[in-house]
Amino acid sequence: MMSKIVRTITNILYSSILIFGFYIIMHGHLTPGGGFQGGAVVASGIALVLIAYGYDTVKSWMKKSNLSVLESIGALGFIGIAFLGIGTTFFYNFLANSGGLFGDPTVIGINPGNLDTSGVLPLMNWAVGLKVLAGLGSVVLLMAYGIRKGDEE
Amino acid sequence: MRKYVLLAALLIVSGFMLLSAVDMHPFGSPDREDMDKYFINNAQEEVSANNVVTSIVFDYRGFDTLGEATVLFTAVVGVSLIFRRLIK
Amino acid sequence: MIDNLPFIACAILVILGLYTLTFKRNLIKIVIGLNLVESGVNLFLITLGYKSNAVAPIYTMAAKEEMVLPTPQALTLTSIVIGLATTALILSFTILIYKHYKTIDASKVRRLRE
Repeated sequence: MMSKIVRTITNILYSSILIFGFYIIMHGHLTPGGGFQGGAVVASGIALVLIAYGYDTVKSWMKKSNLSVLESIGALGFIGIAFLGIGTTFFYNFLANSGGLFGDPTVIGINPGNLDTSGVLPLMNWAVGLKVLAGLGSVVLLMAYGIRKGDEE
Repeated sequence: MRKYVLLAALLIVSGFMLLSAVDMHPFGSPDREDMDKYFINNAQEEVSANNVVTSIVFDYRGFDTLGEATVLFTAVVGVSLIFRRLIK
Repeated sequence: MIDNLPFIACAILVILGLYTLTFKRNLIKIVIGLNLVESGVNLFLITLGYKSNAVAPIYTMAAKEEMVLPTPQALTLTSIVIGLATTALILSFTILIYKHYKTIDASKVRRLRE
């Protein structure tokens, strides 16, 4: 556990980091970013909390098994969305320009951007984002666990 | 002795690397760009996304991303396996 | 020569990584060398796709229509995540080796111990 200054700054910054990461995941098809980058940002927030409070305190807040379930949901969602387009080909973008969910046709050329475009890409961004978030978070948690046991011996 | 052999091998490899780096095309003007021109011109119409890189990652080259997700999953499983053995 | 200075910088980065991989015995330093090689390769891929006076390949509020090549950027994104996963795995193995042998010198972990 670090000093009180670090813990206070962590309390202030943690929600901002989480919101920034989810923003990057959500706008992955319009602005620089996407599932991997946003997931890495959220995982860095988890690492910040882990450093500030130490493994023993964080262990009661987030469970490793919950992160594993989240990672499996992300992977299965990614493959499932890819399989939904199997009527044409694997990984076919069946929602683009269809008028339904995320189906608005985009303006050709330079435009200010519309969140409701680009078909299955936002769904895949969310699936991959959840997967990377949970994967890197559980890696960081497990490594902190390994180092803690080393200090005890 | 071993150190000198390694140093010679490293010098040869780095010489070849620097030579090929000097021999590359001039910085800022790529040789072939037909495929990338196609992506830039048609990605907005076919995938209807503004971000061309995301449309390549998730649509044109989705299998790459599938393999990458598999690698990430395997790495996480490996790390959790290592530390599970440590706990017991 | 002076035109492709960025390529030479990438080559120097890879050479430094190879030097670290060849001559250092500390396992953490070997991981750092591996990451240097990986950074050099990523930088080389990005440099390969750069066009002069072009913007990033994103149409949202872009300054102009001329854009850099997007495929090397997508491949570099894949490469970065794979490098992160392998680095996490290698560091976990390093922790395991330290717990088993009580050292991270690569020349001393070769002997067999129970």
